[in-house]
Amino acid sequence: MTANVVPALEVRNITKQFPGVLANDHISFTLLPGEIHAFLGENGAGKSTLMNILYGLYDPDEGEILINGKLAKIKNPADAIGLGLGMVHQEYALVDTLTVTENIILGTELRKGPVLNAKEASQRVRELSEQYGLAVPPDAIVGDLPVGVQQRVEILKALYRNVNMLILDEPTAVLTPQEADDLFRVMRELADKGKALIFITHKLREVREVADRITVLRRGKVVGDADPKTASEGQLAALMVGRDVVLKVDKTAANPGDVVLKVRNLNLRDDRGLTVLDDVSIDVHAGEVLGIAGVQGNGQTELVEAITGLQALPSGSIELLGKDITNRPPRSITEQGVAYIPEDRKGTGLVLGYSIRDNLVLSTYYKPPFTKGLTFNDPAIDEHAKELIATFDVRTPSATTTAGSLSGGNQQKIIVAREFTRENRLLIASQPTRGIDVGSIEFIHNQIIKQRDAGLAVLLVSAELDEVLALADRVAVMYHGKIVGILPIAEATRERVGLLMAGIQEQANV
Amino acid sequence: MKFTRARGVGLLGIFIAIVLLFAVNNSLGNKITETSKIQSIWDFTSTIRIPDSAKMKEDPKAPPVAAIELPTMVTISLICGALILVGGVLIAKNPERGWVAPYMSSVIGFGFFSILLWAVANNSVDLSDTLSRVVRLGTPIAIGALAGIVCERSGVVNIGIEGMMLTAACFGYAAAAISARMIYGESLPENVVKGVVWLPLIIGIFGAILTGGMMAALHAWLSIRFKVDQVISGTVINIMAVGITGFTRTNFLLKFESPLRAGLPQMPLGPLADIPLIGPILFDHKPITYLMILMVIGLNFFLFRTVWGLRTRAIGEHPKAADTVGINVNRMRYRNVIIGGMIAGVAGAWFSLEGSFGFDDGMTNGQGFISLAAMIFGKWNPIGAFGGSLLFSSADALQLKVQAYNFDLPSQFMQMLPYVVTLIVLAGVIGRAKPPAASGKVYEK
Repeated sequence: MTANVVPALEVRNITKQFPGVLANDHISFTLLPGEIHAFLGENGAGKSTLMNILYGLYDPDEGEILINGKLAKIKNPADAIGLGLGMVHQEYALVDTLTVTENIILGTELRKGPVLNAKEASQRVRELSEQYGLAVPPDAIVGDLPVGVQQRVEILKALYRNVNMLILDEPTAVLTPQEADDLFRVMRELADKGKALIFITHKLREVREVADRITVLRRGKVVGDADPKTASEGQLAALMVGRDVVLKVDKTAANPGDVVLKVRNLNLRDDRGLTVLDDVSIDVHAGEVLGIAGVQGNGQTELVEAITGLQALPSGSIELLGKDITNRPPRSITEQGVAYIPEDRKGTGLVLGYSIRDNLVLSTYYKPPFTKGLTFNDPAIDEHAKELIATFDVRTPSATTTAGSLSGGNQQKIIVAREFTRENRLLIASQPTRGIDVGSIEFIHNQIIKQRDAGLAVLLVSAELDEVLALADRVAVMYHGKIVGILPIAEATRERVGLLMAGIQEQANV
Repeated sequence: MKFTRARGVGLLGIFIAIVLLFAVNNSLGNKITETSKIQSIWDFTSTIRIPDSAKMKEDPKAPPVAAIELPTMVTISLICGALILVGGVLIAKNPERGWVAPYMSSVIGFGFFSILLWAVANNSVDLSDTLSRVVRLGTPIAIGALAGIVCERSGVVNIGIEGMMLTAACFGYAAAAISARMIYGESLPENVVKGVVWLPLIIGIFGAILTGGMMAALHAWLSIRFKVDQVISGTVINIMAVGITGFTRTNFLLKFESPLRAGLPQMPLGPLADIPLIGPILFDHKPITYLMILMVIGLNFFLFRTVWGLRTRAIGEHPKAADTVGINVNRMRYRNVIIGGMIAGVAGAWFSLEGSFGFDDGMTNGQGFISLAAMIFGKWNPIGAFGGSLLFSSADALQLKVQAYNFDLPSQFMQMLPYVVTLIVLAGVIGRAKPPAASGKVYEK
């Protein structure tokens, strides 16, 4: 790239202070036309804040933004779009009940007076989708489309507004590996046509695959630039976290024992009559981790909730150590030795308004030593809290701090501490490391393996394929409520699991 | 074969049709047996007559002339047969959508028709008059439902339709009465006494629209600006309406002498009104009823074919998505809630200027709430809501008609009919209706 190219976007010294956090600390960077610029950073590193400032959703406290060399004032998303800057959010801004075309034209409608010019609009959408190789059905209802296609609609929505810069915020989070590859192809095509792209992610592999340039953020600061061709994943991870990280989980081969959890023929439909669980049967043995891979929303949540007693089942059976626990109340299931890390940490895992000490006895408060007759035994609860905070390295000012005021990683540690200190036979971990810092991830991964080695049966559900592959001894893949394959870890390659995640069974089995 | 809602409804429809087939035929037969000594229960001599309104108008005193005459038993048997057949198709084909509501509506509608025949056995009943009454009584319900749609499609729950209608009825009437007095003085001049005094009546309608809009503006202000829970805010509107109108009536309307003696007149639409059956049902009404039909068609067009409609649907479903493409969500919500209130005002005008002339305490009588039921029945679509309104108003028309025939069912039970039908319909015969996703939720950036 020559020096006289005017950057499509130049950011100078952007600073944003939130109560208690300096989210962006004098961040500067440039974005050139035709390049894919990746922003790498952990959750909470300030990536999303920065992008929301660019897109006009937040006001920066300091700093300036230049677009095509000219100072720009961006007060709201409409300004950003007007200046040629589009954004595809992690959660799509699509109206499920409208058609693809309606979603794309919303806000800048083609019209004849007050009346929509539906025909021409759908024609424009068709043209755009051909021009950039983004196949979408213009007249389909968006809610009926798979996530990958919805994402293309989001991208088209930006292109329809003639943007020349596009921010993609964690675009691969909900995609299968194959869908992600397809997205990368589209990104490359957009870049080749002169669009400038910002690609936000925390997945190292993807960055090296698609980016032209990498900027790493940590705690609101730019900590380094890297060239994807030369930087290794280890180097990038170290930059992201600020120290060397072991990317692989250290574990020995599993030593499976008897069947602990036996799930047979679970079937379930949702309110609309759509199949959520389709004849699901699995076994989990003592001393092994069964990982369940799959794109989010393919029945994993309901499966876990069925096993823990949170979801009533019309048919099928669940046995724990030979004892039927189907449709038993959650407390009874817990008492039979089931530890549960729920996927929704804030909603299901903790009572955010309660103190850490109270959260730590949520599943045992009604038993001695925590109760004495009708009242709580406060000294015992305090002692218990003190012990667990130390053992599980929960970073908190005190045991009486509310759970809601802690960081995600520390919240997750409270749940782990509470669940792992009972007498357990089965551990169910659902998205155990979603949205937490790398340090905590490492800690929780090691704890899970420790539980396995202590002879527990572990059922791990995660939307992060890398996490499943790192921890599991066997990998089951869910697609549309069905277990479409169970592979021993040695045979579970990214490609094979990826195809299964997309519901393509035949090829995966070759 | 799986049991689905479509199949359940098919089964239910067949069951009702068979019951009606035998019950109505049987009881008709029995009644006829008592009076005219015909022994067979399958009596083919009784007929359903559809009067020829054109001929009857020429000479109102002559005995009714029938344009079409249908043998009762054969007609009922054929209709029941058709319903059973369609029910069978429902069970066999298990259609995903689009069948259940129309089928169930036909079954219920035919059920009403059968009860009517049963009640009036051996008397003559003017069918087109009954159906015309259905459209008439359905008018405020349908308009109220449209008001609800405009609001809720944009994401604001409006449980205050009833109150907006009541206030609009009160002040609409007051506007008409006062303007008549201001224009004509103590009494109407000789030459206009017989004719219709349009000007004050139109001022009255506009007064009602304005009142509805103002009540809605209050609702919008409370629920958008101050983020009051929308159900609470709507309830406030309803309670306030009772107070305001009661006060206005006792302290002002009862003491006020207005020269105006009659409300909006009947306006048959020329030759169209003379078409047998259809004419009296659709083309022989008062102005607000015609307006209602135009509004249903109009809103359907606006909601699904215009920029305003697209944006309205978007902000009620996913306001954040609309916001990011530069649509001012709260401004649009204000606008829609106020438009909805103005529409509810038209329904209010119906009560005090068209359905009857004058204002009574609580004269809207829960029709605003039935409107909301009709809106849900129609799944927030104008045409569907119109269908729902007719369903509810036919229950109402039926009970009025049947009472007139000394039917041996206590009148209280018949009066319950519209509400019972509402309850059954909302309890899920039609299937779970999914409201706009953001309805009832405050939008904050």
